[in-house]
Amino acid sequence: MIHSLFLVNASGDIFLEKHWKSVVSRSVCDYFFEAQERATEPENVPPVIPTPHHYLISVLRHRIYFVAVIQSEVPPLFVIEFLHRVVDTFQDYFGVCTEAAIKDNVVVVYELLEEMLDNGFPLATESNILKELIKPPTILRTMVNTITGSTNVGEQLPTGQLSVVPWRRTGVKYTNNEAYFDVVEEIDAIIDKSGSTITAEIQGVIDACVKLTGMPDLTLSFMNPRLLDDVSFHPCVRFKRWEAERILSFIPPDGNFRLLSYHVSSQNLVAIPVYVKHNISFREGSSQGRFDLTLGPKQTMGKAVEAVLVSSQLPRGVLNANLNASQGTYTFDPVTKMLTWDVGKINPQKLPSLKGTMSLQAGASKPDENPTINIQFKTQQMAISGLKVNRLDMYGEKYKPFKGIKYMTKAGKFQVRT
Amino acid sequence: MSVQNFPPIYSTVVEIFQWLKSVYKNISFPEKGSCLSSGRSLAPRGRRSCSSIGCIVSVPFGSHNNVWSTGRDPAIWEADTDAVYAALSHHLWSTFTAPEAKSSNEDLKEMLESNKESLKLEAMKRVVGLIAKGKNASELFPAVVKNVASKNIELKKLVYVYLVRYAEEQQDLALLSISTFQRALKEPNQFIRASALRVLSSIRVSIIVPIMMLAIKEASADMSPYVRKTAAHAIQKLYSLDPDQKEQLIEVIEKLLKDKSTLVAGSVVVAFDEVCPDRIDLIHKNYRKLCNLLVDVEEWGQVVIISMLTRYARTQFTSPWKEDNEKAFYESEEEKKDQTEATPYTMDPDHRLLLRNTKPLLQSRNTAVVMSVAQLYWHLAPKHEVNIVTKSLVRLLRSHREVQYIVLQNIATMSIQRKGMFEPFMKSFYVRSTDATHIKTLKLEILTNLANEANISTILREFQTYVKSQDKAFAAATIQAIGRCATDISEVTDTCLSGLVLLLSNRDETVVAESVVVIKKLLQTQPTQHSDIIKHMAKLFDNISVSMARASILWLMGEYCERVPKIAPDVLRKMAKTFTAEEDIVKLQTVNLAAKLYLTNSKQTKLLTQYILNLGKYDQSYDIRDRTRFVRQLIVPNEKSGALNKYARRILLAPKPAPMLESAFKDRDRFQLGTLSHSINSKATGYQELSDWPAVAPDQSVRNVEVVEPSSSESEEQSSDESDETSSDSGKSSSGSEKSSSESEPEQKKKTKTKKAPQKKSKAAAAVTAPSFGPVKTHELLHHMTGKGLSAKYHFPRQPCLYQPSMVAVQVILANSSDHSLEKIHIGDRSPAGLNIHCFNTIERLEPEASVTVSMGIDFSDSTQAANFQLCTKEDQFSVSIQPVVGELLMPSTMSEQDFSKEQGGSFAGRTVSSGALVLVSLELKESSALLTINTEKSVMASMLLRDLKQALALA
Repeated sequence: MIHSLFLVNASGDIFLEKHWKSVVSRSVCDYFFEAQERATEPENVPPVIPTPHHYLISVLRHRIYFVAVIQSEVPPLFVIEFLHRVVDTFQDYFGVCTEAAIKDNVVVVYELLEEMLDNGFPLATESNILKELIKPPTILRTMVNTITGSTNVGEQLPTGQLSVVPWRRTGVKYTNNEAYFDVVEEIDAIIDKSGSTITAEIQGVIDACVKLTGMPDLTLSFMNPRLLDDVSFHPCVRFKRWEAERILSFIPPDGNFRLLSYHVSSQNLVAIPVYVKHNISFREGSSQGRFDLTLGPKQTMGKAVEAVLVSSQLPRGVLNANLNASQGTYTFDPVTKMLTWDVGKINPQKLPSLKGTMSLQAGASKPDENPTINIQFKTQQMAISGLKVNRLDMYGEKYKPFKGIKYMTKAGKFQVRT
Repeated sequence: MSVQNFPPIYSTVVEIFQWLKSVYKNISFPEKGSCLSSGRSLAPRGRRSCSSIGCIVSVPFGSHNNVWSTGRDPAIWEADTDAVYAALSHHLWSTFTAPEAKSSNEDLKEMLESNKESLKLEAMKRVVGLIAKGKNASELFPAVVKNVASKNIELKKLVYVYLVRYAEEQQDLALLSISTFQRALKEPNQFIRASALRVLSSIRVSIIVPIMMLAIKEASADMSPYVRKTAAHAIQKLYSLDPDQKEQLIEVIEKLLKDKSTLVAGSVVVAFDEVCPDRIDLIHKNYRKLCNLLVDVEEWGQVVIISMLTRYARTQFTSPWKEDNEKAFYESEEEKKDQTEATPYTMDPDHRLLLRNTKPLLQSRNTAVVMSVAQLYWHLAPKHEVNIVTKSLVRLLRSHREVQYIVLQNIATMSIQRKGMFEPFMKSFYVRSTDATHIKTLKLEILTNLANEANISTILREFQTYVKSQDKAFAAATIQAIGRCATDISEVTDTCLSGLVLLLSNRDETVVAESVVVIKKLLQTQPTQHSDIIKHMAKLFDNISVSMARASILWLMGEYCERVPKIAPDVLRKMAKTFTAEEDIVKLQTVNLAAKLYLTNSKQTKLLTQYILNLGKYDQSYDIRDRTRFVRQLIVPNEKSGALNKYARRILLAPKPAPMLESAFKDRDRFQLGTLSHSINSKATGYQELSDWPAVAPDQSVRNVEVVEPSSSESEEQSSDESDETSSDSGKSSSGSEKSSSESEPEQKKKTKTKKAPQKKSKAAAAVTAPSFGPVKTHELLHHMTGKGLSAKYHFPRQPCLYQPSMVAVQVILANSSDHSLEKIHIGDRSPAGLNIHCFNTIERLEPEASVTVSMGIDFSDSTQAANFQLCTKEDQFSVSIQPVVGELLMPSTMSEQDFSKEQGGSFAGRTVSSGALVLVSLELKESSALLTINTEKSVMASMLLRDLKQALALA
């Protein structure tokens, strides 16, 4: 299956290699570098590259390419999914997944990779099990380890692999038992020039942070489960109960995990919490362009729209932008032509606006396309689809846990065409 | 050697002391000079040159008592010194040794050979760092391999990493480590056994093939499913090392395929795929089990099992798609109706089982699992059921860029054949400006595939936005897509064409060029009057510099020269001027244009044509010269040209078939969806073709195993109890499979008979977490309080007894929990006196805290009467007794189906160990009750067995 893994940084250096079968020379990556050179943007490197003897499957995360070398037929998604799982694990262990973090923790990285694959086939990918095998480095532990010479390899061997609930270790103990659930919904939308919605859908996730002693068995029910159109579960969720009763019943993993991700059926009309008034124009023959943008709240159910961030890739001909923001700050990068406006909270009484002129290259013709505007925002205490959790019950343990639920709506891929 | 010689190093050492100070706040450090004078040096100093930095690190911790006032107990310091030492050295190494790789390795060697654990560990960490960077560390092999037996788990793990990496290069030295692994394979801790097997099988040295083979065989019968999983991985490793072992490995695979553990299933299927994918006969008996286990298998295993089952199903079941084809058939030919109606299609229940059991996996969080279920439905499900995968596939588009790429490729292939599947989700394929170019192009491809009369206007409106994109490669792809829509949907051809003509005045060259190329293709498919478009293009000709576009215009001029009789010669005139500066492709089309004009309008163009042909004759390009020569012979009549000349017009101006504008994904469906081959559109190494449906289904009964298959209505209820039932199930299924194999191959009978098989009794010991060969319940034989420190426990290993066939094997674990060693442990008097016991050899000496496992055989003569005997040590004698439960007195037995007329329900056939009397158990399920029948000549035994079974079933 997966033969080798190379980690390549943005400047095209291989800074880590790991082989699970015989050693593959790193020259195999030359094909990858060729593709990298051909691509105009880092994201444009094709994920699957065939070479005469191998196939290279890569993912790009945090400006690092994770290049897996494959020798024979294997579902490409299998490899891609695994590579993303590796990145997630690194992030989980080191807080960030950067070249520096990986280089600093090269031994832990190697130990992890060793446990995650055997002969190229995934062996242990559950974070709960990995953490029992190899303790994540913390500042404190690193210090203690250097002083006492102890190690971050678990002395005890894990129990998880063999129990019926492979995602949960046994013997979990907490003094404060708590279970928190975050319902986070993202709106993906494309708004056209005139402000009408071309497409809009809601994708949601329920992230959980469960710190409960023992083997709790939880059930979570919704007020309006019919809203959920398409769902995918963490393996702990009992599918049959969902099918029959629309109830989430599960023995949770310990710590943070994604319980559920869902899609709200597109038949329902999606409320769009913000609107954009824009007037971006370039005149033929003039070296000036006008830029005028106003944001306003819309269908927010009385909740404030916060953390608004507007970004737009201006046409290549734009040399500089001379704008005036009524609120927040804006930046324009003349190299990448990226305009970013950090608005903050929208005040319905005084709508934020960004106005001014753009200077164009002298003599250049008027750009054909107006830039697309990407918007990010957040509203707290509200799930835009109206999804509501009814109750959370716990069975199998005696104590009373502290329960909490939080709702939030965010912009996903939210684009306004102008 | 004085520090002052090395100012940079000196400063760093001080820095380290600063750091240490911050760690141990209450330490007062001595003056720098005195501190660095003596003490233990990291490496022997005599051999080092000044250039090697290591010698500077001489830290005076040895004499801390008088130099430092720590305010702490010196003993603590004693213990910590090594660690501080290692930390210090680590700092120095990383600071100084980088430019001198050679000497660094020398130092590492010395660290590895030291007797300080922490120093070794530090060295190994840096060796692993070297390996990770791809640097050569092979010369350290002898030093590293010595540490393979270390007690320190982390050190051991790192040594393993090293061994696996370099063993192939240092075969002789690698052999030194083998015995360590062999020993570890016998460890009681399953994880140690597993990791030993992992490393042993990863050492690619052909000499140890027999050792590996033996280890794999043993591990495949291990109690721990985790070890068996490792064994499945080892099979592939051994196979790639020595393919000659195939036959033996297939035997192991066959055995592991029968395994009931969800942990093993995925790995063994990978091994099957790698070693013997054509041995489909091995799957038959396990098919239903795999289907039923699937939901509980770990996610990676699910992917491989599903794709294997897809291939399997295509060879074993008949096509569920026939109906659709036939329906279309009826309408045209009435006669056939009778024939087809005679055999209406009914889906094999096993086929249905697979579809039903994979469906919940569409909800998996693992994208690879979702994709594999989607492809399974695509290749196996009746046409009207395929639609259920759509939503899940669209959901995957929210995932990472790379996932999107693969999923979109597959959707592109699907959407060609089944527009309806994705049409309701059309808007999910709208392009965002932030998408990567290859994602955009794929979305465009899908949108084009989905276009039909109803939605074309929406799609074209969307395309208009894309054409204006700043990403010019994408804009060009959009133009091609518009062209395809225009050919596919005749209603919009004219709209598209006029839209494209508008684009001809676009400022961007790539857009214009692409439009020209697409218009050329469109005009060719629409041989109606479009002379004004051609004229318009002729006007643009001077401004277009992209050669492909120029060539396209020239070709259009030539092809339709009779429609634009005035313009075409003028274009030729212009070309004559610039001919030498043009690209080859443009030159070729110029020659073509000249030839065509010569044939239709020789009066105006004769001279021009000759001029161009002359230019072409002396062109640098071989192709141009060749083409010129050919054209000249063809069109200019002379004595040599012969008969062909007469047909010149018919050759050059023949009506040409229009090019098909079709999807790049048109032929992709020859590959199984979701595969690497599909993704790269060429056959990848190791790709296995998906066979066509067989016309007639092969024998269905091959999949029958004598197990109660939970019918669909009951399965919900039973699945929760599965863990309790599995142990007994495994007993049933193995006896069942043995039964059928003995039918076909009488020779195998002996082999299967000796196989370790669990017995009926295992039910009583319910509460199994992982289904294995049945749980082993350990009984107390002698408590250490009564045994004066000697304790004994026993269990039935459920293997045929080695000593005499009529004996039951018993394993006794003797442990010494006293503080003195026990001597001469043996078995003394026994009762009843005639009791036939095979004793273990006298144990001469058992140390305190030590334990030993011995095996013995007891002939219980098919009675549950206890076997009493005395366990003696040198000083004492203890009376103990072993009371067997009925189940332990039985062995599984094989018999043909006729002999044991099969009821619908579970059944078990066995023989008593001692006398070999037959015991038959059958279970008949009725609506709410079950009828349990036991047939045997030993009535006492029957009643006891009945009681035990009832009890066990009540528990479950």
